[in-house]
Amino acid sequence: MTTAASEALKHTPLFDVHKSLGAKMVDFGGWEMPVEYSGIREEHRAVRERAGLFDVSHMGEFEVEGPGALDFLQRVTCNDVSKLEVGRCHYSGILTPAGTFVDDLLVYRVGEARYLMVVNAGNTPKDLAHCRRIAQGYKASLEDKSDEWALLALQGPKAQGILGDLVEADLSEIPYYGFAASRVSGAVSIVSRTGYTGEDGFEIYCSSQDAPRLFREILDAGRAEGILPCGLGARDTLRLEASMALYGNDIDDNTTPWEADLGWIVKMKKSDFEGRDALARQKEQGVTRKLSGFELLDRGIARHGYAATAPSGPGIVTSGIPSPTLGKSIGLAYLPAEDAAVGTEFQIDLRGRAARARVVPTPFYKRAK
Amino acid sequence: MKFPDDLYYAASHEWIRLEGDGGTVGITEHAQKELGEIVYLELPEVGRIFDAAEEFGTVESVKAVSELFCPLAGEVTEVNTQAAEDPAALNDDPYGDGWLIKLKVSTVDLSTLMAADAYEKYVKEESEEH
Repeated sequence: MTTAASEALKHTPLFDVHKSLGAKMVDFGGWEMPVEYSGIREEHRAVRERAGLFDVSHMGEFEVEGPGALDFLQRVTCNDVSKLEVGRCHYSGILTPAGTFVDDLLVYRVGEARYLMVVNAGNTPKDLAHCRRIAQGYKASLEDKSDEWALLALQGPKAQGILGDLVEADLSEIPYYGFAASRVSGAVSIVSRTGYTGEDGFEIYCSSQDAPRLFREILDAGRAEGILPCGLGARDTLRLEASMALYGNDIDDNTTPWEADLGWIVKMKKSDFEGRDALARQKEQGVTRKLSGFELLDRGIARHGYAATAPSGPGIVTSGIPSPTLGKSIGLAYLPAEDAAVGTEFQIDLRGRAARARVVPTPFYKRAK
Repeated sequence: MKFPDDLYYAASHEWIRLEGDGGTVGITEHAQKELGEIVYLELPEVGRIFDAAEEFGTVESVKAVSELFCPLAGEVTEVNTQAAEDPAALNDDPYGDGWLIKLKVSTVDLSTLMAADAYEKYVKEESEEH
Protein backbone atom coordinates (compact mmCIF):
# COMPACT_ATOMS: atom_id res chain seq x y z
CA MET A 1 0.00 0.00 0.00
CA THR A 2 2.76 2.42 0.93
CA THR A 3 5.63 0.55 -0.70
CA ALA A 4 7.03 3.50 -2.61
CA ALA A 5 7.01 5.75 0.44
CA SER A 6 8.50 3.23 2.84
CA GLU A 7 11.51 2.71 0.57
CA ALA A 8 12.39 6.37 0.99
CA LEU A 9 12.06 6.41 4.80
CA LYS A 10 15.18 7.26 6.75
CA HIS A 11 16.58 5.00 9.46
CA THR A 12 18.43 5.86 12.66
CA PRO A 13 21.56 3.86 13.58
CA LEU A 14 19.31 1.84 15.92
CA PHE A 15 16.92 0.56 13.26
CA ASP A 16 18.16 -3.05 13.46
CA VAL A 17 18.05 -2.96 17.27
CA HIS A 18 14.39 -1.89 17.17
CA LYS A 19 13.56 -4.69 14.74
CA SER A 20 15.28 -7.26 16.92
CA LEU A 21 13.36 -5.98 19.97
CA GLY A 22 10.09 -6.52 18.09
CA ALA A 23 9.11 -2.86 17.79
CA LYS A 24 6.15 -1.79 15.70
CA MET A 25 7.58 0.73 13.24
CA VAL A 26 5.81 3.76 11.74
CA ASP A 27 6.58 6.67 9.44
CA PHE A 28 7.31 9.70 11.61
CA GLY A 29 8.20 12.79 9.60
CA GLY A 30 10.00 10.72 6.98
CA TRP A 31 11.73 8.47 9.53
CA GLU A 32 10.87 4.83 10.14
CA MET A 33 10.68 4.90 13.94
CA PRO A 34 9.48 2.58 16.73
CA VAL A 35 6.01 3.61 17.92
CA GLU A 36 5.80 0.89 20.55
CA TYR A 37 7.53 -2.29 21.73
CA SER A 38 5.44 -3.85 24.50
CA GLY A 39 2.51 -1.39 24.45
CA ILE A 40 2.18 2.36 24.83
CA ARG A 41 0.57 2.34 28.28
CA GLU A 42 3.02 -0.20 29.71
CA GLU A 43 5.96 1.83 28.38
CA HIS A 44 4.39 5.02 29.71
CA ARG A 45 4.07 3.47 33.17
CA ALA A 46 7.68 2.25 33.08
CA VAL A 47 8.89 5.85 32.60
CA ARG A 48 6.64 7.28 35.34
CA GLU A 49 7.53 4.57 37.85
CA ARG A 50 10.93 3.17 36.83
CA ALA A 51 12.79 3.95 33.60
CA GLY A 52 12.40 3.89 29.84
CA LEU A 53 14.90 4.19 27.00
CA PHE A 54 14.03 6.01 23.78
CA ASP A 55 15.83 6.34 20.46
CA VAL A 56 15.48 9.95 19.36
CA SER A 57 18.38 9.94 16.94
CA HIS A 58 16.14 11.41 14.27
CA MET A 59 16.50 14.81 15.96
CA GLY A 60 18.73 17.30 14.11
CA GLU A 61 21.94 18.74 15.57
CA PHE A 62 23.69 21.86 14.29
CA GLU A 63 27.09 22.97 15.62
CA VAL A 64 27.67 26.71 15.76
CA GLU A 65 31.17 28.02 16.43
CA GLY A 66 33.14 31.24 16.16
CA PRO A 67 33.45 34.74 17.58
CA GLY A 68 30.02 35.64 16.15
CA ALA A 69 28.26 32.48 17.42
CA LEU A 70 26.56 34.20 20.34
CA ASP A 71 25.34 37.16 18.25
CA PHE A 72 24.03 34.79 15.58
CA LEU A 73 22.10 32.71 18.12
CA GLN A 74 20.74 35.86 19.78
CA ARG A 75 19.41 36.90 16.37
CA VAL A 76 17.98 33.51 15.29
CA THR A 77 16.44 32.33 18.59
CA CYS A 78 14.11 34.10 21.01
CA ASN A 79 15.54 33.06 24.40
CA ASP A 80 18.53 34.94 25.86
CA VAL A 81 21.65 32.95 24.91
CA SER A 82 23.93 35.44 26.71
CA LYS A 83 22.56 34.02 29.98
CA LEU A 84 23.76 30.49 29.15
CA GLU A 85 26.88 29.38 30.97
CA VAL A 86 29.14 26.71 29.50
CA GLY A 87 27.60 23.37 30.43
CA ARG A 88 24.02 24.64 30.38
CA CYS A 89 21.26 24.48 27.79
CA HIS A 90 17.84 26.02 27.40
CA TYR A 91 14.58 25.58 25.54
CA SER A 92 13.95 28.19 22.86
CA GLY A 93 12.31 28.99 19.56
CA ILE A 94 13.36 29.85 16.04
CA LEU A 95 10.80 32.37 14.79
CA THR A 96 9.69 33.77 11.46
CA PRO A 97 9.58 37.55 10.92
CA ALA A 98 5.89 37.21 11.82
CA GLY A 99 6.83 35.86 15.25
CA THR A 100 5.52 32.36 14.51
CA PHE A 101 7.50 29.17 15.03
CA VAL A 102 9.92 27.90 12.43
CA ASP A 103 10.78 25.34 15.11
CA ASP A 104 11.30 24.85 18.83
CA LEU A 105 14.71 23.66 19.98
CA LEU A 106 17.32 23.24 22.68
CA VAL A 107 20.43 25.44 22.60
CA TYR A 108 23.52 24.04 24.36
CA ARG A 109 26.57 26.11 25.23
CA VAL A 110 29.34 23.57 24.72
CA GLY A 111 32.34 25.94 24.93
CA GLU A 112 33.13 29.64 25.21
CA ALA A 113 32.12 30.24 21.59
CA ARG A 114 30.69 26.82 20.72
CA TYR A 115 27.04 25.91 20.74
CA LEU A 116 24.80 23.03 19.72
CA MET A 117 21.27 23.54 18.38
CA VAL A 118 18.99 20.49 18.67
CA VAL A 119 15.97 20.73 16.38
CA ASN A 120 13.01 18.60 15.34
CA ALA A 121 13.72 15.83 12.84
CA GLY A 122 11.14 16.80 10.25
CA ASN A 123 12.19 20.45 10.38
CA THR A 124 15.93 19.92 10.02
CA PRO A 125 16.26 20.90 6.32
CA LYS A 126 13.97 23.92 6.77
CA ASP A 127 15.80 25.05 9.94
CA LEU A 128 19.18 24.65 8.30
CA ALA A 129 18.17 26.80 5.32
CA HIS A 130 16.69 29.43 7.65
CA CYS A 131 19.78 29.49 9.90
CA ARG A 132 22.23 29.56 6.98
CA ARG A 133 20.50 32.58 5.51
CA ILE A 134 20.81 34.49 8.77
CA ALA A 135 24.30 33.19 9.62
CA GLN A 136 25.73 34.88 6.54
CA GLY A 137 26.07 38.16 8.42
CA TYR A 138 27.96 36.62 11.36
CA LYS A 139 31.47 35.33 12.02
CA ALA A 140 30.31 31.87 12.92
CA SER A 141 30.37 28.46 11.26
CA LEU A 142 27.15 26.48 11.13
CA GLU A 143 27.40 22.76 10.46
CA ASP A 144 24.71 20.12 10.24
CA LYS A 145 25.96 17.17 12.32
CA SER A 146 22.63 15.32 12.39
CA ASP A 147 23.98 12.21 10.66
CA GLU A 148 26.98 11.92 12.95
CA TRP A 149 25.10 12.24 16.24
CA ALA A 150 22.76 9.66 17.68
CA LEU A 151 20.55 10.55 20.63
CA LEU A 152 19.25 8.26 23.36
CA ALA A 153 16.84 9.42 26.05
CA LEU A 154 16.87 7.56 29.37
CA GLN A 155 13.91 8.83 31.40
CA GLY A 156 12.32 7.99 34.72
CA PRO A 157 13.02 8.07 38.47
CA LYS A 158 15.58 5.24 38.15
CA ALA A 159 17.49 6.89 35.29
CA GLN A 160 20.33 8.28 37.39
CA GLY A 161 20.89 4.99 39.21
CA ILE A 162 20.96 3.02 35.97
CA LEU A 163 23.23 5.38 34.06
CA GLY A 164 25.54 6.13 37.00
CA ASP A 165 27.60 2.95 36.71
CA LEU A 166 28.19 3.44 32.97
CA VAL A 167 29.26 7.08 33.11
CA GLU A 168 32.56 8.65 34.14
CA ALA A 169 30.98 11.94 35.21
CA ASP A 170 29.19 12.29 38.56
CA LEU A 171 25.57 12.54 37.47
CA SER A 172 24.45 14.05 40.75
CA GLU A 173 26.50 17.13 39.82
CA ILE A 174 24.60 17.68 36.57
CA PRO A 175 21.69 20.05 37.28
CA TYR A 176 18.39 20.15 35.42
CA TYR A 177 19.15 21.58 31.95
CA GLY A 178 22.85 21.09 32.55
CA PHE A 179 25.16 18.66 30.77
CA ALA A 180 28.66 17.23 30.81
CA ALA A 181 30.98 15.82 28.20
CA SER A 182 31.66 12.33 29.46
CA ARG A 183 32.38 8.83 28.29
CA VAL A 184 29.43 6.48 28.55
CA SER A 185 30.68 2.91 28.63
CA GLY A 186 33.81 4.15 26.87
CA ALA A 187 32.01 6.07 24.14
CA VAL A 188 32.57 9.82 23.79
CA SER A 189 29.23 11.43 24.67
CA ILE A 190 27.40 14.43 25.98
CA VAL A 191 25.16 13.58 28.93
CA SER A 192 22.40 16.11 29.41
CA ARG A 193 19.82 16.28 32.21
CA THR A 194 16.91 17.00 29.90
CA GLY A 195 13.93 15.19 28.48
CA TYR A 196 10.46 15.28 27.01
CA THR A 197 8.53 13.22 29.54
CA GLY A 198 8.05 15.27 32.71
CA GLU A 199 10.35 12.88 34.61
CA ASP A 200 13.95 13.19 35.71
CA GLY A 201 16.29 11.70 33.16
CA PHE A 202 19.10 12.12 30.70
CA GLU A 203 19.63 12.58 27.02
CA ILE A 204 22.83 11.03 25.72
CA TYR A 205 24.39 12.36 22.54
CA CYS A 206 26.85 9.84 21.11
CA SER A 207 28.26 8.86 17.74
CA SER A 208 26.08 6.86 15.37
CA GLN A 209 28.60 4.00 15.51
CA ASP A 210 28.41 3.71 19.30
CA ALA A 211 24.64 4.06 19.57
CA PRO A 212 23.53 0.41 19.10
CA ARG A 213 26.01 -0.84 21.72
CA LEU A 214 25.07 1.89 24.21
CA PHE A 215 21.35 1.27 23.73
CA ARG A 216 21.80 -2.43 24.57
CA GLU A 217 24.16 -1.77 27.46
CA ILE A 218 21.76 0.71 29.07
CA LEU A 219 18.90 -1.77 28.69
CA ASP A 220 21.06 -4.45 30.32
CA ALA A 221 22.11 -2.10 33.12
CA GLY A 222 18.48 -1.25 33.84
CA ARG A 223 17.02 -4.74 33.65
CA ALA A 224 16.89 -5.25 37.41
CA GLU A 225 15.11 -1.89 37.76
CA GLY A 226 12.48 -2.83 35.20
CA ILE A 227 13.60 -0.58 32.35
CA LEU A 228 11.68 -0.86 29.06
CA PRO A 229 12.56 0.29 25.56
CA CYS A 230 9.96 2.93 24.72
CA GLY A 231 8.59 4.19 21.42
CA LEU A 232 7.22 7.43 20.10
CA GLY A 233 3.71 6.48 21.24
CA ALA A 234 4.67 6.65 24.92
CA ARG A 235 6.85 9.69 24.21
CA ASP A 236 3.72 11.47 22.99
CA THR A 237 1.51 10.52 25.96
CA LEU A 238 4.29 11.40 28.42
CA ARG A 239 5.06 14.80 26.89
CA LEU A 240 1.40 15.74 26.69
CA GLU A 241 0.78 14.90 30.35
CA ALA A 242 3.70 17.24 31.08
CA SER A 243 2.17 19.86 28.69
CA MET A 244 5.24 20.01 26.48
CA ALA A 245 4.48 21.32 23.00
CA LEU A 246 4.89 19.16 19.92
CA TYR A 247 5.85 20.99 16.74
CA GLY A 248 3.34 20.29 13.99
CA ASN A 249 0.61 19.62 16.56
CA ASP A 250 0.54 22.41 19.14
CA ILE A 251 2.88 24.93 17.56
CA ASP A 252 3.75 25.68 13.95
CA ASP A 253 4.42 28.59 11.60
CA ASN A 254 0.93 29.96 12.25
CA THR A 255 1.30 30.21 16.03
CA THR A 256 3.35 32.55 18.20
CA PRO A 257 4.92 31.89 21.62
CA TRP A 258 2.37 34.22 23.26
CA GLU A 259 -0.51 32.16 21.86
CA ALA A 260 1.17 28.86 22.73
CA ASP A 261 1.69 29.73 26.43
CA LEU A 262 5.45 29.79 25.76
CA GLY A 263 6.03 33.45 26.62
CA TRP A 264 8.70 32.37 29.11
CA ILE A 265 11.11 31.48 26.29
CA VAL A 266 10.80 34.96 24.74
CA LYS A 267 13.20 37.57 26.11
CA MET A 268 12.00 40.89 24.66
CA LYS A 269 14.64 42.90 26.53
CA LYS A 270 17.63 41.20 24.96
CA SER A 271 19.07 42.44 21.61
CA ASP A 272 16.84 42.39 18.52
CA PHE A 273 15.90 38.98 17.15
CA GLU A 274 13.89 37.47 14.31
CA GLY A 275 10.20 37.94 14.98
CA ARG A 276 10.65 40.48 17.78
CA ASP A 277 8.75 43.35 16.15
CA ALA A 278 5.76 41.17 15.36
CA LEU A 279 5.78 39.80 18.91
CA ALA A 280 5.93 43.32 20.34
CA ARG A 281 2.87 44.29 18.27
CA GLN A 282 0.97 41.18 19.28
CA LYS A 283 1.82 41.75 22.92
CA GLU A 284 0.50 45.29 22.71
CA GLN A 285 -2.71 44.27 20.95
CA GLY A 286 -3.19 41.14 23.03
CA VAL A 287 -3.62 37.62 21.70
CA THR A 288 -6.98 36.48 20.38
CA ARG A 289 -6.44 32.80 21.15
CA LYS A 290 -4.58 30.78 23.72
CA LEU A 291 -3.36 27.22 23.89
CA SER A 292 -5.31 25.75 26.79
CA GLY A 293 -5.25 22.44 28.62
CA PHE A 294 -8.56 20.63 28.84
CA GLU A 295 -10.08 17.43 30.09
CA LEU A 296 -13.06 15.76 28.50
CA LEU A 297 -16.11 15.46 30.72
CA ASP A 298 -17.76 12.99 28.34
CA ARG A 299 -16.29 9.75 27.05
CA GLY A 300 -14.02 9.73 24.04
CA ILE A 301 -10.69 11.05 22.79
CA ALA A 302 -10.33 14.55 21.33
CA ARG A 303 -7.64 14.40 18.68
CA HIS A 304 -5.53 16.83 16.67
CA GLY A 305 -7.68 18.89 14.31
CA TYR A 306 -11.05 18.31 16.00
CA ALA A 307 -13.20 21.45 16.10
CA ALA A 308 -14.13 23.08 19.42
CA THR A 309 -17.00 25.43 20.19
CA ALA A 310 -16.28 27.75 23.10
CA PRO A 311 -18.56 30.46 24.56
CA SER A 312 -16.84 33.27 22.60
CA GLY A 313 -16.19 31.43 19.35
CA PRO A 314 -14.55 28.48 17.65
CA GLY A 315 -11.38 26.73 18.70
CA ILE A 316 -9.33 23.75 17.60
CA VAL A 317 -7.80 20.74 19.35
CA THR A 318 -4.05 20.39 18.78
CA SER A 319 -3.30 17.23 20.82
CA GLY A 320 -5.38 14.73 22.74
CA ILE A 321 -4.83 11.41 24.48
CA PRO A 322 -6.34 9.11 27.03
CA SER A 323 -3.92 9.98 29.87
CA PRO A 324 -2.43 6.76 31.25
CA THR A 325 -1.39 8.41 34.52
CA LEU A 326 -4.57 10.38 35.23
CA GLY A 327 -7.07 7.94 33.75
CA LYS A 328 -8.79 10.85 31.99
CA SER A 329 -9.02 12.03 28.44
CA ILE A 330 -6.90 15.19 28.17
CA GLY A 331 -5.61 17.52 25.50
CA LEU A 332 -4.56 20.96 24.33
CA ALA A 333 -6.68 23.30 22.24
CA TYR A 334 -6.49 26.83 20.91
CA LEU A 335 -9.48 28.64 22.42
CA PRO A 336 -10.59 32.28 22.18
CA ALA A 337 -8.51 34.19 24.75
CA GLU A 338 -11.69 35.08 26.68
CA ASP A 339 -12.41 31.37 27.16
CA ALA A 340 -8.96 30.23 28.28
CA ALA A 341 -9.62 30.62 32.02
CA VAL A 342 -9.51 27.45 34.11
CA GLY A 343 -13.00 26.10 34.64
CA THR A 344 -14.47 27.32 31.34
CA GLU A 345 -16.62 24.64 29.72
CA PHE A 346 -16.79 24.17 25.97
CA GLN A 347 -17.65 21.52 23.41
CA ILE A 348 -15.55 19.41 21.07
CA ASP A 349 -16.90 17.70 17.98
CA LEU A 350 -15.76 14.06 18.26
CA ARG A 351 -16.42 12.91 14.73
CA GLY A 352 -20.03 14.07 14.79
CA ARG A 353 -20.71 13.68 18.51
CA ALA A 354 -20.54 16.75 20.76
CA ALA A 355 -18.52 16.08 23.90
CA ARG A 356 -18.19 18.46 26.86
CA ALA A 357 -14.72 19.64 27.88
CA ARG A 358 -13.37 21.88 30.62
CA VAL A 359 -10.25 24.05 30.78
CA VAL A 360 -7.89 22.75 33.48
CA PRO A 361 -4.50 23.93 34.79
CA THR A 362 -1.36 22.70 33.06
CA PRO A 363 0.82 20.74 33.32
CA PHE A 364 -1.66 17.90 33.71
CA TYR A 365 1.01 15.91 35.48
CA LYS A 366 3.88 17.11 37.66
CA ARG A 367 6.29 14.72 39.28
CA ALA A 368 6.80 14.76 43.02
CA LYS A 369 10.14 16.39 43.82
CA MET B 1 -2.47 -15.89 14.80
CA LYS B 2 -5.93 -17.43 14.90
CA PHE B 3 -8.46 -17.49 12.06
CA PRO B 4 -11.51 -19.38 13.43
CA ASP B 5 -13.22 -21.20 10.58
CA ASP B 6 -16.79 -20.65 11.82
CA LEU B 7 -16.53 -16.94 10.95
CA TYR B 8 -16.82 -14.84 7.80
CA TYR B 9 -14.34 -12.00 7.36
CA ALA B 10 -14.51 -8.56 5.76
CA ALA B 11 -11.58 -6.94 3.94
CA SER B 12 -11.82 -4.16 6.53
CA HIS B 13 -10.95 -6.76 9.24
CA GLU B 14 -14.31 -7.33 10.94
CA TRP B 15 -15.73 -10.82 11.42
CA ILE B 16 -19.31 -12.09 11.69
CA ARG B 17 -20.54 -15.33 13.24
CA LEU B 18 -23.94 -16.40 11.82
CA GLU B 19 -26.46 -18.16 14.06
CA GLY B 20 -29.91 -18.51 12.48
CA ASP B 21 -30.90 -15.07 11.23
CA GLY B 22 -28.64 -13.48 13.82
CA GLY B 23 -25.00 -12.54 13.59
CA THR B 24 -22.32 -11.50 16.08
CA VAL B 25 -19.76 -8.96 14.86
CA GLY B 26 -16.24 -8.19 16.08
CA ILE B 27 -12.78 -7.25 14.85
CA THR B 28 -10.13 -9.79 14.01
CA GLU B 29 -7.02 -10.68 15.95
CA HIS B 30 -4.97 -9.16 13.15
CA ALA B 31 -6.94 -5.89 13.43
CA GLN B 32 -6.42 -5.58 17.17
CA LYS B 33 -2.70 -6.28 16.76
CA GLU B 34 -2.37 -3.56 14.15
CA LEU B 35 -4.27 -1.07 16.33
CA GLY B 36 -2.30 -1.74 19.50
CA GLU B 37 -3.94 -1.18 22.88
CA ILE B 38 -7.57 -0.27 22.33
CA VAL B 39 -8.73 2.42 24.73
CA TYR B 40 -12.09 3.58 23.43
CA LEU B 41 -15.08 2.19 21.56
CA GLU B 42 -17.98 4.03 20.01
CA LEU B 43 -20.86 1.63 19.35
CA PRO B 44 -24.35 2.21 17.91
CA GLU B 45 -27.61 1.96 19.81
CA VAL B 46 -29.87 -1.07 19.70
CA GLY B 47 -32.40 -0.69 16.88
CA ARG B 48 -30.08 1.06 14.43
CA ILE B 49 -30.15 -0.37 10.91
CA PHE B 50 -27.00 -0.62 8.80
CA ASP B 51 -26.24 -1.55 5.22
CA ALA B 52 -23.47 -3.97 4.45
CA ALA B 53 -20.11 -2.14 4.58
CA GLU B 54 -21.70 0.86 6.31
CA GLU B 55 -19.79 2.43 9.22
CA PHE B 56 -21.38 1.40 12.53
CA GLY B 57 -18.87 2.74 15.04
CA THR B 58 -15.26 3.50 15.79
CA VAL B 59 -12.47 1.87 17.70
CA GLU B 60 -9.60 3.96 19.06
CA SER B 61 -6.14 3.04 20.20
CA VAL B 62 -3.88 5.54 21.92
CA LYS B 63 -2.53 6.59 18.53
CA ALA B 64 -5.39 6.32 16.06
CA VAL B 65 -9.08 6.11 15.28
CA SER B 66 -10.43 3.38 12.98
CA GLU B 67 -13.92 3.04 11.60
CA LEU B 68 -15.89 -0.15 12.08
CA PHE B 69 -17.81 -1.44 9.08
CA CYS B 70 -20.82 -3.72 9.24
CA PRO B 71 -20.06 -7.03 7.46
CA LEU B 72 -23.72 -7.66 6.56
CA ALA B 73 -26.87 -5.56 6.42
CA GLY B 74 -29.11 -5.76 9.49
CA GLU B 75 -30.59 -4.29 12.64
CA VAL B 76 -28.62 -4.02 15.87
CA THR B 77 -30.23 -6.24 18.54
CA GLU B 78 -27.51 -6.10 21.20
CA VAL B 79 -24.42 -4.06 22.00
CA ASN B 80 -21.49 -5.27 24.07
CA THR B 81 -21.64 -2.59 26.76
CA GLN B 82 -19.05 -4.38 28.83
CA ALA B 83 -16.50 -4.12 26.02
CA ALA B 84 -17.42 -0.46 25.56
CA GLU B 85 -16.55 0.10 29.22
CA ASP B 86 -13.37 -1.96 29.11
CA PRO B 87 -12.14 -2.14 25.51
CA ALA B 88 -9.09 -4.18 26.54
CA ALA B 89 -11.36 -7.17 25.83
CA LEU B 90 -10.87 -6.49 22.12
CA ASN B 91 -7.14 -7.02 22.53
CA ASP B 92 -7.40 -9.94 24.92
CA ASP B 93 -10.20 -11.93 23.32
CA PRO B 94 -11.23 -10.50 19.93
CA TYR B 95 -13.30 -13.55 18.95
CA GLY B 96 -14.95 -13.98 22.37
CA ASP B 97 -15.50 -11.37 25.11
CA GLY B 98 -14.39 -8.66 22.68
CA TRP B 99 -17.42 -8.98 20.37
CA LEU B 100 -19.02 -5.65 19.44
CA ILE B 101 -22.65 -5.95 18.29
CA LYS B 102 -25.30 -8.54 17.48
CA LEU B 103 -27.39 -8.12 14.36
CA LYS B 104 -30.65 -9.41 13.01
CA VAL B 105 -29.28 -9.95 9.52
CA SER B 106 -31.61 -8.74 6.76
CA THR B 107 -29.69 -10.07 3.75
CA VAL B 108 -27.22 -12.92 3.97
CA ASP B 109 -25.01 -11.98 1.04
CA LEU B 110 -21.67 -13.63 1.68
CA SER B 111 -20.19 -12.72 -1.70
CA THR B 112 -18.23 -9.75 -0.31
CA LEU B 113 -16.90 -11.68 2.70
CA MET B 114 -14.08 -14.21 3.01
CA ALA B 115 -13.87 -17.62 4.64
CA ALA B 116 -11.08 -18.22 7.17
CA ASP B 117 -8.48 -19.59 4.74
CA ALA B 118 -9.06 -16.79 2.22
CA TYR B 119 -8.82 -14.14 4.96
CA GLU B 120 -5.62 -15.67 6.33
CA LYS B 121 -4.09 -15.45 2.85
CA TYR B 122 -5.38 -11.88 2.50
CA VAL B 123 -3.76 -10.79 5.77
CA LYS B 124 -0.43 -12.36 4.77
CA GLU B 125 -0.45 -10.63 1.40
CA GLU B 126 -1.41 -7.32 2.98
CA SER B 127 1.44 -7.45 5.51
CA GLU B 128 3.94 -8.40 2.78
CA GLU B 129 2.96 -5.28 0.87
CA HIS B 130 4.06 -3.14 3.81
